Amino acid sequence: MSGYFEGVLVLLAINVVFAYGAYLPLAAGQLNLGIAGFAAVGAYGSAYLSDTFAIHPILAIPIGAMFAGLIALLVAVPVLRTRGIYLALATFAVGQIVRAAILNLEFLGGAAGYPVSAFVGLPVVLGFALAVIVVVMVLFATRFGIALRAVQDDERVADLMGVEVRGFQMAAFILGAAVAGIGGGLYAHHFSYIEAQYFNIGLSISIVLYVLLGGTQTAWGPLIGATVFTLLPELLRGSASLRYVVFAAGVIVLMALRPQGLLTRATIQRLFDWRNPPIPGVPMASGRGQ
Amino acid sequence: MIGQQIINGVTLGSVYAMVAVALTLSIGVLNFLNFSIPGLFMIGGMALWALLDAGIPWPLAVVGALVIAVAASLMVERFTWRWLRGAPHFVPLVSSMAFLLLFEHIAIAYWGSDMRVVPEAFSGGDWRIAGLVIGIPQLMGLLCSIALVAGLSWLLASTRTGRALRTIAEDPDTALLLGVDINRVVSVVFIVAGLFTALAGILFAINYRQVHPFMGEAVGLKGISAMIIGGMGNIWGSIVGGLIIGTTEVFAISYFGADFVDLAVFGLLLAILILRPTGLFRGMQPVRFGI
Repeated sequence: MSGYFEGVLVLLAINVVFAYGAYLPLAAGQLNLGIAGFAAVGAYGSAYLSDTFAIHPILAIPIGAMFAGLIALLVAVPVLRTRGIYLALATFAVGQIVRAAILNLEFLGGAAGYPVSAFVGLPVVLGFALAVIVVVMVLFATRFGIALRAVQDDERVADLMGVEVRGFQMAAFILGAAVAGIGGGLYAHHFSYIEAQYFNIGLSISIVLYVLLGGTQTAWGPLIGATVFTLLPELLRGSASLRYVVFAAGVIVLMALRPQGLLTRATIQRLFDWRNPPIPGVPMASGRGQ
Repeated sequence: MIGQQIINGVTLGSVYAMVAVALTLSIGVLNFLNFSIPGLFMIGGMALWALLDAGIPWPLAVVGALVIAVAASLMVERFTWRWLRGAPHFVPLVSSMAFLLLFEHIAIAYWGSDMRVVPEAFSGGDWRIAGLVIGIPQLMGLLCSIALVAGLSWLLASTRTGRALRTIAEDPDTALLLGVDINRVVSVVFIVAGLFTALAGILFAINYRQVHPFMGEAVGLKGISAMIIGGMGNIWGSIVGGLIIGTTEVFAISYFGADFVDLAVFGLLLAILILRPTGLFRGMQPVRFGI
């Protein structure tokens, strides 16, 4: 396997993990603009563990993710009191605070960055990414997924139906933060160096864009979105800024033509459920062709 | 020394305040968090530099930069609010984020990612009063923003367009029923937003004499903080919020160092969001923003 191809695959796997981190809260109707902050907690947490206590990365990365989840738990109670745009801005503030805090922590290298000596290769990165995908898919096939979908579609109705809205939103928020932490840990241990500036608002925005482009209706959306928008720029030769121009223009056009994202429940049903094709113009009761 | 810090804080704060006014107008009237505004700020500053670099005299360069930014703002309007009315609430937000990326990377493609130096606007233009240094650009910036905001409040309170805008802020559907030409009136919001933001970018370029393609991000994020602290949708609140953020930043730098600034500013933002989400002054009710 060529070095270039391997590099693209690693990037793809990490982006997919990040995308699922943003997807979980979005599936419950919450826009988390602080994903990069939670990724940073996972990255620095796991790197510190593997560096200082010589813990194997395969163990350190999940522990780092638990740190990210823990931070999310701490901020979830006050932050999730806010709603809509206020929630998005509160998560944005949390992400910025995490980044700023790392810049001020000497034992994490501050502004100079943090070199990571332990290394994980492509197989481990792919393994973690696959595990995240499988866990989220399984989770969304259970009552948890159905409840989240109900909350996303209409919070008030879900509440009336007896869904514990706040509980599910908190769970999705914390779980999403932990998943983003895994992505951060993978990034730290593959690229052997992390700096606070990498985990900026631009990263959070790109991750959220992957998910919304893929579509939030199904658990396949983040996978498709992250894959298409990681690989598409790679196909375009040319300067890095030109790739971003194409990416951004693609987002604008796609949002104008297909605001629900590339992949919707109806699309999946049309593609894979031959017995019950969707009727055009009729809203779908459920994603499973019933 | 403290006096000088306050002056520097107010200078920086008036830039944040103008960005915050643009943001707050957009969210107050359209319920739309316009993330392309940091990009418009950058366009204002960089277009000024590019026009001056091409040998165009100062007054024309300023006007040219404003025109370019307003045109960009109207393009954002076409593809966010106008096109996407009735789409899920996050769609305009996402598209405006994409516009921010688009503007930044077009600027890099054209002008490169280096820091550019803007020539001095006024030679020998510092006033010294009782040991304090007040730059003419600084003073001009503050006066400019106060005058513009006064003009904007007059527009909103006393003109036909202002009444139409307030109707749209209450309820766009009702406004449509009452015969308000929504598309025409809404473009006023984007023109004003583009004008304020670009002017802030130009003032920033004159005061600090350097521009680069990512100059909008830090300022835009602090403009968002200023908007929330002042109360979303409250124009005069945004001015106060901008001045608070500006002085907080300057004092944080001088007492704790530059790395501490973001911690102070965004910590303040988070505290306000949790304790008093409507801001210091009466902003809009959070209920309106329920998903």
